[in-house]
Amino acid sequence: MPAFGSFALLLALALSGYNLLAGAIALRQLATGSRGRVSPERLAETARRAGIGSFFAVTSAAFALVWAAFANDFSVSYILHHSNRALPGAYKFAALWSGQEGSLLLWAWLLAAYGFVLRARHKVDVKLTAYASTILSGIQIFFLLLLNFAAPPFALVAGTIPQDGFGLNPLLQYPEMVIHPPMLYLGYVGFAVPFAFALGALMMRYPGDKWIHITRRWTMVAWLFLTCGIFLGAHWAYSVLGWGGYWGWDPVENASLMPWLTGTAFLHSVMMQEKRGMMKNWNVWLIFSTFALSILGTLLTRSGLVSSVHAFAQSSIGTWFWAFLVIVLVVCLFTFILQRDHLKSEHKLESLVSRESSFLFNNLVLLAACFTVLWGTLFPVISEYVQGNKVTVSAPFYNRVAVPIGLFLLFLTGIGPILAWRSTSFKSIRKNFILPAVAALVTAIVLVACGVYPLKDQGTFYSLMAWSLGALVVTAVGSEFLRGAGVISRHTGQNIFASMIQLTRRNTRRYGGYIIHFGVVVIFIGLAGSAFDRSVEQELNFKQSMTMGPYRLVCQDYSQDTNPNYDTEYAILDVYRGDKKITQLAPEKRFYQASQTTSTIVANHSTLAWDLYVIYAGKDPDSGQPIIKVFLNPLVAWIWIGVVIVIIGTFVALTPNMTAAYAASRSRLPVRETPEMAVSKGGD
Amino acid sequence: MRKLFRFSQLGLLVLLAIFTMGSADTAVRYNDLGHKMMCVCGCGQILIECNHLGCPDSDGELAELRTALSQGKGDTEILEAFQAKYGPTVLAAPMLTKFNIIAWVVPPLVLLLGIGGTIALVRKWRLRTVAMPAASNVRGFDRIRDQIRKETEL
Repeated sequence: MPAFGSFALLLALALSGYNLLAGAIALRQLATGSRGRVSPERLAETARRAGIGSFFAVTSAAFALVWAAFANDFSVSYILHHSNRALPGAYKFAALWSGQEGSLLLWAWLLAAYGFVLRARHKVDVKLTAYASTILSGIQIFFLLLLNFAAPPFALVAGTIPQDGFGLNPLLQYPEMVIHPPMLYLGYVGFAVPFAFALGALMMRYPGDKWIHITRRWTMVAWLFLTCGIFLGAHWAYSVLGWGGYWGWDPVENASLMPWLTGTAFLHSVMMQEKRGMMKNWNVWLIFSTFALSILGTLLTRSGLVSSVHAFAQSSIGTWFWAFLVIVLVVCLFTFILQRDHLKSEHKLESLVSRESSFLFNNLVLLAACFTVLWGTLFPVISEYVQGNKVTVSAPFYNRVAVPIGLFLLFLTGIGPILAWRSTSFKSIRKNFILPAVAALVTAIVLVACGVYPLKDQGTFYSLMAWSLGALVVTAVGSEFLRGAGVISRHTGQNIFASMIQLTRRNTRRYGGYIIHFGVVVIFIGLAGSAFDRSVEQELNFKQSMTMGPYRLVCQDYSQDTNPNYDTEYAILDVYRGDKKITQLAPEKRFYQASQTTSTIVANHSTLAWDLYVIYAGKDPDSGQPIIKVFLNPLVAWIWIGVVIVIIGTFVALTPNMTAAYAASRSRLPVRETPEMAVSKGGD
Repeated sequence: MRKLFRFSQLGLLVLLAIFTMGSADTAVRYNDLGHKMMCVCGCGQILIECNHLGCPDSDGELAELRTALSQGKGDTEILEAFQAKYGPTVLAAPMLTKFNIIAWVVPPLVLLLGIGGTIALVRKWRLRTVAMPAASNVRGFDRIRDQIRKETEL
């Protein structure tokens, strides 16, 4: 199998090389009108087929590595270091992306899969797809070069082959780790597709903005995957790392956040290009930057440039990524300089108070947030270079600098929908803004009355702001929904709920976007709860109890268990609220034999109000008594609910609009779309 | 306009009242300072959040912090003492000293410059805009136009 896998990777490299070369020659001939022995159309078609072939070759290589993991083939160094005989099947599969070489193979495979879909759908726009396919093959070649020459996943063990492997990192032996990395990588890699389309459109001086329409769904899909990946990672950290939090501003976490921020900015500003023909240069650079940040994130993770609790060890492939990043930026800059006259925009604004302006500020704030994260991530390196010593840039820095930017963004999320395209009159602002502003003010007053004093500490102040601004956004978005649904309800006789659904289906992009905004507010509400986290740690013996907030935990038993993969110690705790037993929790501490490492498995009782988060920290080495640490983390469940709402909103936005005729056929009354109804559903 | 001005004044007063309520609680200093420092064992965790049983460093650091607080030392003094003992990486964020000020100043500066630049850009683009024809004499024209623009999103 290792030989088969290695051959498959070499074949994939050859096919991708052909795709790039033949594709570039064909496109050059098409651009200049010259012809060789083979027509450029046929040459381009062979390049496309080679690209499809490379997908099957990389798939074969990935299959070979998974096969080696399941077959316990410890002659493969990668399998020896990331698997063992007792490892459950799902984690053997996950071993594919648990190490450097395997995760690079996953990246290459996902890129090949995206390329396969793109090439299979080439009839959408044959020429533009040919450009995008050729550019994608260039990216694919980079990863295949790495896999063939710098980080080969099928490298063999020298000397005697051990009977068993060293096992998978215990922190990765958790169900979410089976889907978190692929989701994250689908996001990172997915941004290569809009990047390829944007660069291709610029190279060929693509007429009009159709490429924007073609790439919009690709961008949204990549954004959705990255969103899921980031929050699955946060949930994994919360459930496994056992420090009571979900986001530590670790460089690797930051690396995933940066392309997400620029990708979000792109999804907003692209509407300016579609609607008003504005910001063409900006949009091209946004998508270039998003892809470059995906590469930079990978570079940070793998080069050892910054210290991270879950970065891969320092390795030579950092140099490869630097070189690739420089090549990408040079190609982008060179193409942009050559073709910039093609991107002339009609920059006309009627008013500072308009939807266009709100998009401009939205982009500015998102980019400022991205810059802050990048700055904070790289500052230790800059400090070491300038001062000769490293500094730590962790949560306190981001809480003070990035959180206010996030709150400003939340504010813009609220006022954006209130503003009209081109210009909004003062009267209109007053009319539409007054209700959300009152909602925000009332929320703030109620919260202060409930004891949330803004001067208590920084976290409380930010929480108060987040909840008040959340009320503003929800009111603004809700009134938009109600206004549109009210019009439909009057004309169709449907109830307001059915009208809202129909309204959403008639303009999925706009109302899907609003649902996403609502989800973001729910996430912010959950994040704001972290200011009120509480924790207590104590030795807890049989039948002893401890209290946390309204809960009383009574220790019923401590026990041990063993299985081929790990030994476990766990506590059995009855949880009471008042005199009523509400649940039983069993936090664990595991010892993995193969890797000789320990790991905690958190027990969590989650409600809408708070999480009762319990860790069994093992026994005190001095007293021999078991130690239980309990956190009461308010509103954490809102974060995960918010993410689900964001996912639903994205799916809605990806769904094609329902036509007016179909909508009429589904209503009880035989109506046709009136001007008022057309107005009510609005544009994007 | 006058009504709006009064409404803004009222809002400002309410906000002022909100902000002046509550006061700094010295009891939270331990928690606050514990969040401003790192565990030095190499786990990369905030000191007060370090969850390693038998961690060789966090218990000692926290004990030092408690002692310093009981001696009535100020926050800056405590942070500087930790920095002198464990090196600059013990602080979870750089202090506002010398070169490290840049870490704090640059992001807000970039945002402010960006806001200024965006406002300038919008003004420049507004100047390019051809003047709109004079408003019609139709009664309530502005209101209707605003509504149409808002609702058709064009």
